[in-house]
Amino acid sequence: MPISVREVEHVAWLARLELAGEEKQAMAEQLGRILDYMQKLREVSTEDIPPTFHALQGMTTPLREDRPEPGLHPGEALAGAPDRVGELFRVPRVGDADGDGA
Amino acid sequence: MIAQAADAIRKGELRARELVESCLSRIAGLDGLLGCFLSLDGERALERAARIDEELARARQRGAGAAGPGGMRAGTREAAAEADGVLAGVPYACKDNICTRGLRTTCASRILEEYVPPYDATVVHRLARAGAILVGKTNMDEFAMGSSGENSAFFPTRNPRDTTRVPGGSSSGSAAAVAAGLVPFALGSDTGGSVRQPASFCGVVGMKPTYGRVSRYGLVAFASSLDQIGPLTLTVEDCALVMEVIAGHDPRDATSAQVSVPNYREALGRDVGGLRLGVPREYMGEGIEPGVREAVNAALRVFSDLGCVVEECSLPHTEYALAVYYLVAPAEASSNLARYDGVRYGLRVDAGDITAMYSRTRRQGFGPEVRRRIMLGTYALSAGYYDAYYLKAQRVRTLVKRDFEQAFSRYDLLLAPTSPTVAFRLGERTEDPLSMYMADVCTIPVNLAGIPAISIPCGESEGLPVGLQIMGPPFAEVTILQAAHAFEQATAGAPWRKREGERR
Repeated sequence: MPISVREVEHVAWLARLELAGEEKQAMAEQLGRILDYMQKLREVSTEDIPPTFHALQGMTTPLREDRPEPGLHPGEALAGAPDRVGELFRVPRVGDADGDGA
Repeated sequence: MIAQAADAIRKGELRARELVESCLSRIAGLDGLLGCFLSLDGERALERAARIDEELARARQRGAGAAGPGGMRAGTREAAAEADGVLAGVPYACKDNICTRGLRTTCASRILEEYVPPYDATVVHRLARAGAILVGKTNMDEFAMGSSGENSAFFPTRNPRDTTRVPGGSSSGSAAAVAAGLVPFALGSDTGGSVRQPASFCGVVGMKPTYGRVSRYGLVAFASSLDQIGPLTLTVEDCALVMEVIAGHDPRDATSAQVSVPNYREALGRDVGGLRLGVPREYMGEGIEPGVREAVNAALRVFSDLGCVVEECSLPHTEYALAVYYLVAPAEASSNLARYDGVRYGLRVDAGDITAMYSRTRRQGFGPEVRRRIMLGTYALSAGYYDAYYLKAQRVRTLVKRDFEQAFSRYDLLLAPTSPTVAFRLGERTEDPLSMYMADVCTIPVNLAGIPAISIPCGESEGLPVGLQIMGPPFAEVTILQAAHAFEQATAGAPWRKREGERR
């Protein structure tokens, strides 16, 4: 199942992953070969077979008391930030400088 | 062996500090060649060892157990509890995708190269509480994606049995460090075989517990419905001991099972006669190297001699497991790895606008295999392909699981090779992703089904270790360990075991 370079570009955009020009072609070929292998799954009839979304059956979402517990100090939580101002993460401007996003 | 070391330390015949020093000096001598460690924490390890030695000496003077009298200062009480733990003074290493407070946790990735977690993973906390001493963090395939240890962003790990060969992956550094005697035990993580396959390649014991048996809190997520932390050790008894410490419910992990933890070591001596063992024919056919098949067949005869009933059986959907895995795991990974965007921690590559910053950070931060799997996963989850790929794979996963359920209605355990081959040469498969993926073909179904399994050394082929995989129903770790231990005892005098001992 060949994948086009355009499809690769679209998926890379969805994944927020920049790809170099020459890498796109290689990625298209590799993904194509891997997805070819996945075609095997078509041989299996899965009508009426429910999907597995949890490895162990019968496990339900556990609930606990809504009780405050000690967490990380803001300083610790922010310690790994590449760029911060006080207790905030700083990022490049989001949206257009002339628009209302700033 | 761990239990004996802890016992000698408790009695004062061996000082914890000496044991940590000997590990550190062995690492200094050998790790330049092997590449097992990404970070060492020697100073803190020596301090902790000295503290445990002092506590134990004080307890011996009192002539009682190590636990101190009430009313002590909190720090001292903590130290006394550590000294009283079953692993008091025993050094260990931990895969670098398990968070350690104040110590770098990189996942062998450029994107986390400088990341220092502000908290400990639950397993690290439990081991510390039991007195174990962390000496360092081990090398791995980036974000646990790989089967050879060659995908580390920093340097590859080499197999101590033959340094031209890979140690397996992704827990490459942990397996190699235990095999080379750098540490008595190590932790790894197993998403598709990442503890068992390197254990098999390096000739050590590696266990993947039932999904939910060991807390994943603080394990950097790769594929959340498959990941599980497990021990790498030299003996089955050591594995049982480490399991006792790390297993058990954790309220911080919503997928952690509320099932009590048995005393694994207690079961080890029990007779295995009468156990019903199934050997799925799909694991013994084409694609399994003749030398591997021969070693596994010899192991089956040992079990027959021990009075087990050994029969051929079938897991008919095995051939689809690899395709299921390489859709489900990348899909979950693409979602889990979305958090690496250069905002809250890790690498940031500056760019004019925020989307360009995300994309450029992720491009420079992730290596080729991680990028490939993010792309594959994003594709499988994207509009128009979700039903055909991801949902289809999850339906076939149900069939793989049902195969196991049916088999376990007839058999106590299932036996198979851990890997179709022995350790391959460095560089041999790096150009071909699909051939690399095949290295996990025998271990992947276990993760899809969430069941426990162990890999233990069972012989040699081409002078390299062969691993036997023993699989069990959910939470049957105790039966698996019992069978593995019986095999280990029965083959204690085998020539390949002797050669193994001499190498170390």
